[in-house]
Amino acid sequence: MKKSKAFLSYSILALVIYAAVQVMISSGMIDAYYQNMLVTMCINIMLAVSLHIVIGITGQFSIGHAGFMAVGAYFSAIATMKFGLPFPVAILIGAVVAGLAGLLVGVPSLRLKGDYLAIATLGFAEIIRIVFVNVEFVGGAAGMVVNQMSNWTYAYVGVILTILVIANFTNSRHGRGCISIREDEIAADAMGINTTYYKVVAFTIGSAFAGVAGAIYAHNFFIIQPTTFGFLKSFDILILVVLGGLGSLSGSVIAAVFLTFVTTYLANFPETRMIIYSLVLIIVMLYRPTGLLGTKEITSVFKFGKRGGSSA
Amino acid sequence: MTKELLLKVENVGIQFGGLKAVQNVNIFLNQGELVGLIGPNGAGKTTTFNMLTGVYQPTEGSVIFNGHNIKGLQPYKVTSMGISRTFQNIRLFKDMTVLDNVKVANHRLAKHNIISSILRLPSHFKGEAEMEKQSIEFLKIFGLDIYQNDLAKNLPYGMQRRLEIARALAAKPKLLLLDEPAAGMNPQETQDLMELIAFIRKEFDLTILLIEHDMHLVMGICERIYVLDHGQLIADGNPEEIRNNPKVIEAYLGEEVVEDVKS
Repeated sequence: MKKSKAFLSYSILALVIYAAVQVMISSGMIDAYYQNMLVTMCINIMLAVSLHIVIGITGQFSIGHAGFMAVGAYFSAIATMKFGLPFPVAILIGAVVAGLAGLLVGVPSLRLKGDYLAIATLGFAEIIRIVFVNVEFVGGAAGMVVNQMSNWTYAYVGVILTILVIANFTNSRHGRGCISIREDEIAADAMGINTTYYKVVAFTIGSAFAGVAGAIYAHNFFIIQPTTFGFLKSFDILILVVLGGLGSLSGSVIAAVFLTFVTTYLANFPETRMIIYSLVLIIVMLYRPTGLLGTKEITSVFKFGKRGGSSA
Repeated sequence: MTKELLLKVENVGIQFGGLKAVQNVNIFLNQGELVGLIGPNGAGKTTTFNMLTGVYQPTEGSVIFNGHNIKGLQPYKVTSMGISRTFQNIRLFKDMTVLDNVKVANHRLAKHNIISSILRLPSHFKGEAEMEKQSIEFLKIFGLDIYQNDLAKNLPYGMQRRLEIARALAAKPKLLLLDEPAAGMNPQETQDLMELIAFIRKEFDLTILLIEHDMHLVMGICERIYVLDHGQLIADGNPEEIRNNPKVIEAYLGEEVVEDVKS
């Protein structure tokens, strides 16, 4: 009863946000520049949330997320540009192929732990990037021209789907299994959790949604180049997750929104942009070392307030 | 009195590089027994536990549990066969709630799959409700239900030990391995623990193997005791026999003491 009520209120909130932005776009209040910012924001949210399930929930330190984004971007672009498939189908193809790539990379590398896993995933992401550099079919290093098809609606639906799937996964016995791996892998194993299986599942789901983000990214900027998906991109995504608080989905979303605003407004000061950006990160980590929300969700922050109110 | 054999460990040993940490260990457990495993520090008790639960793979010997060979199985598979354990240094899922800790152990008994959870199909809600019900029942038995929404790391020490036992039991084992359950407890807490162990044994029809340094506890509740020293079994028998076994006294107190006692 209570749960379906919460679900209903979230759905209404999601629709209201969508409708409000849509009205503002069609009435011209949001111009093309900010429309583009909104799509970028949605892409960043998808990337952050999809990495959150790997690092924040399952505790597997992967820094090769941009590689899976690249897979999604290129395969969806091939689908639309070379085979003339409709955009939604291309997004699906991007997600599935990125998910498969995640599965392929995850099976061997998730046996590693900590730093070693980080290095292995970084290596795999670079391999993926180098493959695209060397394949003439997708334009090689010069990049691939892609028609602009992404818009606010696609990006927003992508975000909602990403959050819905990952939140539903997390709040189930499967998600609890993943969290128990993060907390103590040996104990999780001893309690009957198939740790390898759940690590690979989380990694695959995360990769698939990075693929969705990549597909929407590819169809937003007219051109995709392998250099975009280098390890700096992976670090950008990692920063979103750490800044939001490891283990907090809403934290990842808030961090993605916040940092997209920061980078967009800092575009006006190209000389000092990176200095200010770095300072923002340093200040946040100094005052909130566990990230903006820690491991808490924004809903539990509100609930706590309510409980305090009723007992008073 | 014919009791069914539950666990049979034959000639089990493990080698780390050139070091034979444990060798030629023979242990058997009958259905429903409460058996102790003692020995000085570094004797290989926890290593033996780790070999039984699949954390380490024994390099020699065989482990037969309930008629199946479980040697070489991964830990989660050993758990699904019906062996569950606690840890010497508490290994709770610290940032999860008390209830979720128990739910993780209950995981293997639930059936709903990932797709049903992502799509929120009826089987998901049914499965989760069942898990919640069973987990709360376990917490109630251990008097932990008042803490169910607290994070495990915020529980008092004694309660964390209790929760670890509750969590191990939620996996519905036939055999429970307790690794120093009374470590760090005061005499009153140890007394409570002894009562708790006796209670769960009866309530869940369990076979228990426990490692413990607290001789009061071991002598008080164990029916049989195995003594391990330098990776080898040096004695086994009932508490009275162990208490008077010169080899055991020597292992614990040194050779001179034995000679002093004799003279």
